[in-house]
Amino acid sequence: MNTLVGTGRLTRFILRRERARLSAWVGVLALVPVATASAFMTLYPDEVSRQALANTVASSPALTALLGPLHSSSIGGLTVWRSATIAAFLVAILAILTLVRHTREEEETGRRELLGSTVMGRHAPLAAALLVMMGAGVVLGAMLSLGLIMVGLPAAGSVAFGLALAGTSFVFAGVGAVAAQLTEGAGAARGIGVGVAGGLFLIRMIADSGVGEFDWLSWLSPIGWVSQMRPFAGEVWWVLAFWLALAAVLVGVAAVIADRRDVGAGAFRPRPGPSTAGRGLGSALGLAWRIHRGSVLGWTFGLAILGAVYGATADSVGDMLDGNPQLAEILEQLGGEQSLVDGFFVAALGIIALITAAYGIRAVLRIRVEEEALRAEPVLATSTPRLEWATSHLFFGVMTPVLILSIAGSLAGAAYGAITGDVGEQTARALSAALVHVPAVWVVVGVTMALVGLAPHRTGLSWGFLNACLILGQLGRILQFPQWSLNLSPFTHVPQFPAEKLDLLPLVALLVVAAVLVAAGLAGFRRRDIRN
Amino acid sequence: MSNAIHAAGLIKDFGQVRALDGLDLDVKVGEVHGFLGPNGAGKTTTIRILLGLQRHNGGSVSLLGGDPWTQATELHRRLAYVPGDVMLWPNLTGGEVIDLLGRMRGGVDTRKRAELLERFDLDPTKKGRTYSKGNRQKVALVSALASKVELLILDEPTAGLDPLMEAQFRECIADDRDIGRTVLLASHILAEVEALCDRVSIVRKGKTVESGTLAELRHLTRTRIAVEVDDPSPLGAMTGVHGLQVTGSQAEFEVDSDRIGNVVRMLAPLGVKSLTSHPPTLEELFMRHYEDGESRT
Repeated sequence: MNTLVGTGRLTRFILRRERARLSAWVGVLALVPVATASAFMTLYPDEVSRQALANTVASSPALTALLGPLHSSSIGGLTVWRSATIAAFLVAILAILTLVRHTREEEETGRRELLGSTVMGRHAPLAAALLVMMGAGVVLGAMLSLGLIMVGLPAAGSVAFGLALAGTSFVFAGVGAVAAQLTEGAGAARGIGVGVAGGLFLIRMIADSGVGEFDWLSWLSPIGWVSQMRPFAGEVWWVLAFWLALAAVLVGVAAVIADRRDVGAGAFRPRPGPSTAGRGLGSALGLAWRIHRGSVLGWTFGLAILGAVYGATADSVGDMLDGNPQLAEILEQLGGEQSLVDGFFVAALGIIALITAAYGIRAVLRIRVEEEALRAEPVLATSTPRLEWATSHLFFGVMTPVLILSIAGSLAGAAYGAITGDVGEQTARALSAALVHVPAVWVVVGVTMALVGLAPHRTGLSWGFLNACLILGQLGRILQFPQWSLNLSPFTHVPQFPAEKLDLLPLVALLVVAAVLVAAGLAGFRRRDIRN
Repeated sequence: MSNAIHAAGLIKDFGQVRALDGLDLDVKVGEVHGFLGPNGAGKTTTIRILLGLQRHNGGSVSLLGGDPWTQATELHRRLAYVPGDVMLWPNLTGGEVIDLLGRMRGGVDTRKRAELLERFDLDPTKKGRTYSKGNRQKVALVSALASKVELLILDEPTAGLDPLMEAQFRECIADDRDIGRTVLLASHILAEVEALCDRVSIVRKGKTVESGTLAELRHLTRTRIAVEVDDPSPLGAMTGVHGLQVTGSQAEFEVDSDRIGNVVRMLAPLGVKSLTSHPPTLEELFMRHYEDGESRT
């Protein structure tokens, strides 16, 4: 088929460009579950301790909703419960971003044209990107399976876990391939793809919220299939066919759309815009709003839904207790049902705060993106002062997280209150519980701004910092990391409000750290050369 | 202040690499000044320093009587800049960008804006990502030319334009010169500079190698002569003759401009059958500096 000519060469070219990024992702995604497994082995060596942990998990529908159901109290079962759903979600995001990056983004920047004029078939770029991503998925699955077998887990479960992640990568490479066909802009394509992945994650979460009546929903979500495959708990091998079939359909759809459109065009036609600028578009902030508008709305909308779903699932904690008077009695002594719900809110809002911090990083890194894309230069050659330009982007990194956490927190409280019948009080509680995370998010924003101002070629470290916070926060306690390392994450210092009393001192300390980092970053930016 | 731009002994280092090595540049108010040099000579770096986007490591520089680094904001109200590589925001229309940048400078002359859109045949309703390179360039040019400013800094502004649009551009700059605007035109398209510029500075490897009016610069150069004579052999010994190439009775060579009289007098006895000469173009001037520099290093 001559539309695929050059796929091999292009595949090697993409691998060359991706070698650092993709291998880092694959390595971390394969290693974290293996490390989790070996930590479980040391921390929970006997069946009794594991059963106790399993009982705790089963009694907390919140944990099940966040991480998926626990099918077995074996080491393998615990490992899959702890790491599989999040790993699958991250694989999905990786697959979508990689596909858009090597198809739509190449078209948008015009690099695709340069390659297209050489001996290269029309479908070669899409085929090469799919090959690379699916290949990466297979490598990830194989590394994971081998790693788990090497630490001593049963082979069948290890292979099933690996295949589940590989299958996920296939499906979401397909999702990315379709998304990349739809719009002319890579940003919008990424938005569509990530939105689909987020929606499927939410469907899985509702299914796993522990109530029982929505269990079947889990079959609608390729992320839910990971737990339906039941690694280490009586593997259901034929689930694999679901991923393969869906991936084949998605790739087919992408190929059909790609066939019918021109290079550079999307399935959605762009409309002409205004011929003159509106009143609002005459300053750095006006321009920044136009640049950030889409992502502000997208992230706020997505996290608002996540908050509402968390709130709605919180009530299942109560349902659980109704059927278990003994457990209820024990909990009564520990502080009552409310303490369980509060603990759930702390955990759920903590996750929303981490995702919000990811938004914050992206918003601040816009400064570098604009600088590198040579779009900063013409603006800074006008009477716009440097600091005003930088703060116009920083503004969104600082203020949007407040907006996101307010809305997501309020909706979580309102959804829970609507079920329990006290919307007002619950909304206020959850809102303050969400806002408590703002200073920690601002520290991440501050780290990013400091890098932009002082080490513009090292801004990727801000993602490393957030990853470290994620690993420390999600795995640190279960893997018994030393306290000093946990203290490195600003999220460690966030008061566990409303589960515990609100301590203002750590919040003030976080605010000071964030302010110092931002000030250092801005000062550095004011003094340095504008360079791409 | 009679100089819009004054730079003396400008030095800029990027790590180990010296991008500007004592560059001088003087642009008088109201003139169109050609800023010539091969790729990588330091034109864009100089402009970035003039715009306060980068700091210089040595020498002195002033722009419209102020310090381009510390007074950037005030000075930028009085100038407009067209970068060599125009990148637009993918989701803003060309018209929006023209107005946005104009408002961020000293304001937009709406009548002139409409006239320029017409002249450059530019559709302002298209989104940034759909413009070709030439059209992106036009967006930046229209925005700069329609802005109410006294100084234009243009970095290879016609790089993506077709010949028709290039002609339009020249007319616009000629008009601007007539209304007294100062223009710094960085370019390596010599015909453009010859057609537009009052004075020229030539840079190479971060240094100014020549500066003056075109007439002054031509004076420093050589005239190219092609002759057919009975016996070309004595030509090699004449002073002022360079780059002699002889094929049979045909000879081609260059003559220093101040020795043309002598050489013509000495040619006469050789039995001249035909003679053509053409005056030095800026191109030759430029190539001479460029090649001389190359052979020296």
